[in-house]
Amino acid sequence: MRAAAILALAALACLAGVSGARADAIGDPARGEAIFDKECARCHMVGPEARDRIGPALNGIFGRRAAAAEGFAYSKSITRMGNDGLTWTLETLEAYIENPKALVSGTRMNYRGLRDEAARGDVLAYLREWSDKPQNIPEAEPSALPSMPVLSAEVLALQGDLAWGEYLSAECLTCHKRDGSDEGIPSITQWPVEDFVIAMHAYKQSLRPHPVMQMMASRLSDEEIAALAAYFATID
Amino acid sequence: MLNRRTFLGTTIAAGGVLAAPALFGQAKPRVVVIGGGAGGATAARYLAKDGAGALDVTLIEANPTYTTCFFSNLYIGGFRTIESLEHGYGGIAAAGVNVIHDLATGVDRAARTVTLAGGQVVAYDRLVLSPGIDFRDDAVPGWSLDAAEIMPHAYKAGPQTKLLRAQIEAMPQGGLFAMVAPPNPYRCPPGPYERISMVAHVLKQSNPTAKILVLDPKEKFAKQALFEEGWQRHYDGMIEVVGPDFGGAAVEVRPGTMEVVVDGTAQKVDVCNVIPAQMAGKIAQIAGVTDDKGWAPVDPANMKSKMDENVYVLGDSSAQGDMPKSGYSANSQAKVAALSIRGELTGAKVFPAKYSNTCWSLIAPDDGVKVGAAYEPTPEKIASVSSFVSQAGEDAALRKATYEESLGWYAGITADMFG
Repeated sequence: MRAAAILALAALACLAGVSGARADAIGDPARGEAIFDKECARCHMVGPEARDRIGPALNGIFGRRAAAAEGFAYSKSITRMGNDGLTWTLETLEAYIENPKALVSGTRMNYRGLRDEAARGDVLAYLREWSDKPQNIPEAEPSALPSMPVLSAEVLALQGDLAWGEYLSAECLTCHKRDGSDEGIPSITQWPVEDFVIAMHAYKQSLRPHPVMQMMASRLSDEEIAALAAYFATID
Repeated sequence: MLNRRTFLGTTIAAGGVLAAPALFGQAKPRVVVIGGGAGGATAARYLAKDGAGALDVTLIEANPTYTTCFFSNLYIGGFRTIESLEHGYGGIAAAGVNVIHDLATGVDRAARTVTLAGGQVVAYDRLVLSPGIDFRDDAVPGWSLDAAEIMPHAYKAGPQTKLLRAQIEAMPQGGLFAMVAPPNPYRCPPGPYERISMVAHVLKQSNPTAKILVLDPKEKFAKQALFEEGWQRHYDGMIEVVGPDFGGAAVEVRPGTMEVVVDGTAQKVDVCNVIPAQMAGKIAQIAGVTDDKGWAPVDPANMKSKMDENVYVLGDSSAQGDMPKSGYSANSQAKVAALSIRGELTGAKVFPAKYSNTCWSLIAPDDGVKVGAAYEPTPEKIASVSSFVSQAGEDAALRKATYEESLGWYAGITADMFG
């Protein structure tokens, strides 16, 4: 309840024109380096001179399959997990360093786990600096945590804000044509508001399959979807 | 003593304070945009369109016609005509933008003026720089802009693109095409590899014994698994990539004798496409808003230069964080900047920034792939918060739909830029 109220206030602050940060940093990489040196560096190296030691070098760990560094002798357990598809993302890495044996029972990583959530974020922020940069490799793993949209109980009853919808529509119009024509990408003008809202929520929940639309919808709040639906229903 | 005239003047000034908090007393705030590509054309059009007459918007662009660099590989591959990539500025002028076809040669940030090659001086309240890229002259030993007539970069679309295609068509049977790929960061991360695919497509039909050599200073490149899979499927045995471990990072070229020197060995080539290391477009360097790496650092929340609060920098020239240098990115950034400028100059409501990007690439006829991400500002940078990429082994129907979607995107973004 309290959390919902805080989120709603945050949304109002954004609406009032308080610009600035939206996404949250994974953690503080400088603090992460200090924690890494204390907790991880006995076995692992990361950085320009990194090589395998007791544990594998951790450069390029984000987006890599588990047990995929060439030339390192992994345990059978983690090799099996890699073959089953375990890939190192922010979520899987966090689970692993929180308690290695909870994720991979037979891992050789003899580490009790880093229980402090903020410390895990700091270490992961530090490690992220030594993986692919999305500017250069656009498919690289994300480098920050998305802001969470505000959820409301009566989504369909929301009245969309036309001015907000007009602003948000600019992102849609990179691909969808404003004049409603349809060339390889569907028309989205003059839909009934409810159909538009339902379709966008279906993308948001990954029920509809298109990856670009899933990505776009995933970070739209219910209010933003309502605003877009209201706006696109009105334009000629 | 208060006479009628000063009284009226005061009233107008007070009205101005309400409408335009930053610039009371002035008739119309002036925004000057330099560069009419994906960033600049979008920004100018959105400022004029959404400003609804409240802003005096000027676009300065040297060329009367713009040839999009995105999709220019498809011209090389024979999938598009060059004319289909050309766009005029009539729609932008019709939206109310004052379009000046001249080259900006100077920026005086203290006086807030831009000087043009023709001698004209244009004053601004906010300046938007979107000049794309320039090449580092010393990037590839033996190569300079003068050599681009022999060894084209074809990385600014237009005559260079036509030259490269003509050279490919004139290759002798069984000849060798070489590409010197650029180091990070550079415009359009998958661009060089889509180009290789298009060159292979052309050669496969007209010159099937020809070979392609890619000299690359990078260990990894965008969509690598997808390109490698596609090259094996469509162009097996035709393409060789030499990475940094085998000399790809220390290449010299000899335009006089049409040779590339790799690891001390000179190799005769028939076509050599040199895509050099890059930096922000020259006018951003002249304006003094670039850092020691040659790019212009900006505020992640609104694309405002970190060096000057009256200047915004968009697209390839900006150093913003995780967004790749692409037309889609520049278009996305332009909309955020346009709203921020309207907020500052006319009091328009400013909503939080949202950025996105998708890059489509064509590997072979009806074999399209894509990579995309959503971005949000953190205090330090524009950060990637989610991403997707086409998968290896997708079926033909999905790849065809992806290609068709890219055609729709091209129609959409060019309409969004040019009206």
